[in-house]
Amino acid sequence: MSSNTPSSSAGGVGSADSAAPRRNSKRPKYSKFTQQELPACKPILTPRWVISAFMLVSIVFIPIGVVSLFASRDVVEIIDRYETECVPENLRNNKVSFIQSDANKTCTRKLRVKKLMKQPIYVYYQLDNFYQNHRRYVKSRSDSQLKDNSSWNDVSSCKPEDMSNGQAIVPCGLIAWSLFNDTYNFSLNNQQLEVNKRGISWKSDRDSKFGNDVFPRNFQNGTLIGGKTLDPTVPLSKQEDLIVWMRTAALPTFRKLYGKIERDLQANETIHVTLENNYNTYSFNGKKKLVLSTTSWLGGKNDFLGIAYLTVGGLCFFLALSFTVVYLLKPRRLGDPSYLSWNRNPGGH
Amino acid sequence: MKRYVYINDDESSHELFCDNRISNRKYTVLNFLPKNLWEQFSRFMNQYFLLIACLQLWSLITPVNPASTWGPLIFIFAVSASKEAWDDYNRHLSDKKANEKPVWVVRQGIRKHIQAQDIHVGNIVWLRENDEVPCDLVLIGTSDPQGLCYVETSALDGEIDLKTRVIPAACMGIDFELLHKIKGVIECPNPDKDIRRFDANLRLFPPFIDNDVCPLTIKNTILQSCYLRNTEWACGVAVYTGNETKLGMSRGIPEPKLTAMDAMIDKLTGAIFVFQIVVVMVLGIAGNVWKDTEARKQWYVLYPLEGPWYELLVIPLRFELLCSIMIPISIKVGWLGDDQFLYLKSKVSLDLVKSLYAKFIDWDSEMIDYETGIPSHATNTAISEDLGQVEYIMTDKTGTLTENIMIFRRCCISGVFYGNEGGDALKDTKLLNAVAGSSPDVVQFLTVMAICNTVIPIKSKTGAILYKAQSQDEDALVNAAAQLHMVYVNKNANILEIRCNGSVIKYEVLETLEFTSDRKRMSVVVKDCQNGKIVLLSKGADEAILPYAYAGQQTRTFIEAVEQYAQLGLRTLCLAWRELKEDEYQEWSLMFKEASSTLVDREWRIAEVCQRLEHDFEVLGVTAIEDRLQDGVPETIETLRKAGINFWMLTGDKQNTAIQIALSCNFISPEPKGQLLLIDGKTEDEVCRSLERVLLTMRITSSEPKDVAFVVDGWALEIALKHYRKAFTELAILSRTAICCRVTPSQKAQLVELLKSCDYRTLAIGDGGNDVRMIQQADIGVGISGREGLQAARAADYSIGKFRFLKRLILVHGRYSYNRTAFLSQYSFYKSLVICFIQIFFSFISGVSGTSLFNSVSLMAYNVFYTSVPVLVSVLDKDLSEGTVMQHPQILFYCQAGRLLNPSTFAGWFGRSLFHAIVVFVITIHAYAYEKSEMEELSMVALSGCIWLQAFVVALETNSFTILQHLAIWGNLVAFYVINWIISAIPASGMYTIMFRLCRQPSYWITMFLIVAAGMGPVLALKYFRYTYRPSKINTLQQAERMGGPILSLGNIEPQPRSIEKEVSPLSITQPKSRSPVYEPLLSDSPNSSRRSLGPGTPFDFFQSQSRLSSSYSRNCKDN
Repeated sequence: MSSNTPSSSAGGVGSADSAAPRRNSKRPKYSKFTQQELPACKPILTPRWVISAFMLVSIVFIPIGVVSLFASRDVVEIIDRYETECVPENLRNNKVSFIQSDANKTCTRKLRVKKLMKQPIYVYYQLDNFYQNHRRYVKSRSDSQLKDNSSWNDVSSCKPEDMSNGQAIVPCGLIAWSLFNDTYNFSLNNQQLEVNKRGISWKSDRDSKFGNDVFPRNFQNGTLIGGKTLDPTVPLSKQEDLIVWMRTAALPTFRKLYGKIERDLQANETIHVTLENNYNTYSFNGKKKLVLSTTSWLGGKNDFLGIAYLTVGGLCFFLALSFTVVYLLKPRRLGDPSYLSWNRNPGGH
Repeated sequence: MKRYVYINDDESSHELFCDNRISNRKYTVLNFLPKNLWEQFSRFMNQYFLLIACLQLWSLITPVNPASTWGPLIFIFAVSASKEAWDDYNRHLSDKKANEKPVWVVRQGIRKHIQAQDIHVGNIVWLRENDEVPCDLVLIGTSDPQGLCYVETSALDGEIDLKTRVIPAACMGIDFELLHKIKGVIECPNPDKDIRRFDANLRLFPPFIDNDVCPLTIKNTILQSCYLRNTEWACGVAVYTGNETKLGMSRGIPEPKLTAMDAMIDKLTGAIFVFQIVVVMVLGIAGNVWKDTEARKQWYVLYPLEGPWYELLVIPLRFELLCSIMIPISIKVGWLGDDQFLYLKSKVSLDLVKSLYAKFIDWDSEMIDYETGIPSHATNTAISEDLGQVEYIMTDKTGTLTENIMIFRRCCISGVFYGNEGGDALKDTKLLNAVAGSSPDVVQFLTVMAICNTVIPIKSKTGAILYKAQSQDEDALVNAAAQLHMVYVNKNANILEIRCNGSVIKYEVLETLEFTSDRKRMSVVVKDCQNGKIVLLSKGADEAILPYAYAGQQTRTFIEAVEQYAQLGLRTLCLAWRELKEDEYQEWSLMFKEASSTLVDREWRIAEVCQRLEHDFEVLGVTAIEDRLQDGVPETIETLRKAGINFWMLTGDKQNTAIQIALSCNFISPEPKGQLLLIDGKTEDEVCRSLERVLLTMRITSSEPKDVAFVVDGWALEIALKHYRKAFTELAILSRTAICCRVTPSQKAQLVELLKSCDYRTLAIGDGGNDVRMIQQADIGVGISGREGLQAARAADYSIGKFRFLKRLILVHGRYSYNRTAFLSQYSFYKSLVICFIQIFFSFISGVSGTSLFNSVSLMAYNVFYTSVPVLVSVLDKDLSEGTVMQHPQILFYCQAGRLLNPSTFAGWFGRSLFHAIVVFVITIHAYAYEKSEMEELSMVALSGCIWLQAFVVALETNSFTILQHLAIWGNLVAFYVINWIISAIPASGMYTIMFRLCRQPSYWITMFLIVAAGMGPVLALKYFRYTYRPSKINTLQQAERMGGPILSLGNIEPQPRSIEKEVSPLSITQPKSRSPVYEPLLSDSPNSSRRSLGPGTPFDFFQSQSRLSSSYSRNCKDN
């Protein structure tokens, strides 16, 4: 209780004397920090500074925008939407029943190469209005089961696709269950066009997320068949389609890599695609697209960054310009003491 | 209501009273966890967060790993619990040490060494020199033949001078050996916490003395935690033990003060809370609708047709959990010790910075009183922002504005004025001659000066005589008398010795009629040992002495003298005496004894009895004592008044003295600029009329730049507060300055209360015990650790050494604290809202199903780490340099009016968070569309976008960059990447390799730059536009300061050398003779008037002033 009083031991009569030692012990240590006097730079928003900042941004952004736009335009992309075309015309009124029937779903599409496409050419399938990010869906997987054979029984997080016929499903969960099962076969000039399906998934996933001793078990054995079935003799780490699919997309429109074509495609060549249209997107009006695309240093064809850079750069240029104009037309002295109302009237205090 | 303590009775009291075991612990080992948790969760908001945390355990609805909420929650609770536990353990240790301390106690007539905790009421405790007193004792014997002992009471009241304690008269002269066997009974009140009062009686049983009742006062006690000094031994009877001692009873947790800022943050949190509920409801309904219409078609989601009964609740609850981060976790858990509906006090960041503000005050080397070496100290670490929002300062006069070093300057003896020429009576040859000539009047006068007091002379080793006085006035008088060859040499029991012109005169003190602030005088009854005459010597305030002069004495000269001295700002005392007849004294003495042994209303009874003796005085003269102003007081007051702070002086002193001091310290301006309005009157009617008149004048002049102040005395104030509270409140609001003289401590507190009830932020500053109540009452109490002891400083939130430090305390520390907290709290909301908005936007593209875009680790780290570190260094931010603030104190208005934290600034931050969330979200989902739209990647892109924006927002809002700020802002950005790289290197984490992949993509960096440019561009442009074309005063000063403009010339304050002597004349109060003063209206735009009315400025300013105005209207009406 007495510790915070200045002196609890010194005698009262001698308090004048005892002040001297106290002075040293009680005085706070002087440092720039404790005195809040650390050297500081205090920038202010001067017109010159702000205008040049905006100018600098526009000077940097516009070229980047142009380069990005060019990069994006350099990418050659063939998109083929096929979910309607691949349903026989007489069945188009009721596509859902068609897709759920056992009818032959083979379908042939012709793709014309408009420009030279350099290898590697990536083959994607694109789904629209497919909510891989739905909470119920995205959580329905068991990472431990995928990775390690010993925990194949760990299906608690996989509901409602955890067990089938009283047995744990490997790989369990809605994501695996709804694996995309359309297949594509490409041919060019009646020659089979090789699609390399190896190495389409992330290496890190193959190595450490999907075990090479985990084999599909009891998969798609239930009453409801979701999507593709898996070869139970191939370990999960080799099931690259599954690995790609299990990397859930954050957006309802997404592309997933199907394979790579490792040869150049010349302009005006026509590719024949024989596809198995198995996947049901009809019940929710989803679109299916087949995409062949080259890449640039920036990725696939996406004009957004380029346009955004040009817009931002342009706006900054405009701002810099208008600030300059305003500054020249209506100069204003910074820090004019006459703006202080109490200085306008010296008698005011 | 009474307790009877039987001395040395070993048996009877054991059951009745507790033993001396001190226990300050709140918890025991067993009940710690439940009790502590119960305390923490008895706050509303903690319950809310507990509920949130519990909901998160339900895996169906939790968006993230429960650890992201449970982690911080448990951490924060663990921190505060372990702090409590540690404190409690320390308390336990110190209790244990005190309890097991060996003491000498008489048991069965033999002195024994026992542990302190075994002392029982009624035991006789022996103490040696420098022993700590283990419990409250009534003294019965000391080593001193006169029964005196000295104690140091600093642990009790903070005063470091020694106090004398005396054994009761009944125990006087009891033999050392017999003390063991003493028997008797002490009749004393039940334990209370008043350390200045002990109204008890002692009756010793035969054979020690006949059944005479001996009154006991606080002077006969030594209380727990005092130390025995300069006395070889002492012994006493334990009357209060354990937690029932005066010290134990006065322990208590002071009610925590709440700053205006906290209240505002609470309001904003409330608003956010409502917003959150609305969002949750809207999204919950939307989610359920989407689920029933769309999700059923999404076959891959496999929604069952029939859900459980709670199905409708699932989606709203998920959103509730997603949105619960809207209220920042760093701000949310806490509120310890508040019973209102309060939920916000950041245990983590706000408390941390608040204690840093307090540390800055403690550390400030410019606020060290170099004369005494006492640094300033912030006892209450939570209210620094309030310092910046002070609107009224209530100040004591003596010892606060003045130095409280009393110097005897002038006197008037029997109509002759001494010291008028040189200003120092001690050098006045006339007086010296009169002393040398033993003029009877003068000798009598000096005798009163020398012995009518409670001073104790102490011979030091060198032979010089030191006086121990409790009042500075008495000290001054005794010293002056000594210099005039009337030396008070020795006090031996009741025998006083004075040496006058070489001869030693002895007096026997028969009674001392002590000073009370109600009686305003003190007297001693002494017997001249030479001739046996009994004399009453009195000194006191003029109105307590002069009316009681014997009929026929001319008191005119004395009245004139008093007035003249008061005009000079000197403190006056009238000295008087009267010869008593033997039988008159005897008769009175009995009454006095009886009165002093009453247990009920003792003070009042004594006053009544004293009144019977103190009349028919022969007035001897008037003394005038100077109390110099402290250094820098006028400048401080002027600066703070420019800052728009209103000053009220509340003093117990005389009106004229108060006004003179007020004039000399710039408190009020002399005519014609200033105007004093007097409220006086002895009856209700008079007070009412005078109040109305003053109010009328005030209303007329309130728009003028004139310094109008009102003066009210204690009597009129009493009536005004009682019957005309409303009118007086209006007056209080209108008046910038007021002088209240002759006010009692409780009136001081009432005035503070009055202003507080008008919603003003009040600061009370004082130095003495009489200011304690006002200091505790005010929003901020400042104590000056001065000569009147440390009582005020201990009760205060801040203690400073000198009045002039107040300027720095308010303008520098208060202002910076306010600015910093304003930024910090709004920023905390901003960063939480950004992330929350992104989650909400994401829910629209994830089927309104309540998916969290961010993973648990990121969410937790975002709130706890990434965004709190850079903002913590904003405690070093300074918008203006200290010098500029001192030169332009008007700038404080921004803090007072709450310009930097209010709903409209908050709306700005809210808008900014919405805008930034849109920028981050839109850019992320477009730049990372199609084949790149992988969940983990996209989430990291969005998160790093937020972090980049945070860094630039903090950088843009920082006014001064020290090396620490650069380190924190940019270092944090680097740390973000380092931490995420580390997490990305762990194969088990969901983010495995993500950050490495991203950092290798050029598109990632391009996206980041785009987010920064798009997010900061408009913010910078807007800020620049405001800064240049609609600058606030702060901006203007910033510009001026950094451009090195000529700001120094204009707002400069020149120290004005003033001396009391020069300004005797210009004072004129509106005395009754000029009852209806007319003032010429002057037009002006003083900062003061613009403060209350519409100030020139931006629409934003306008909005502010309006709200200010309306609030001041509501203030006016509040009292209805």
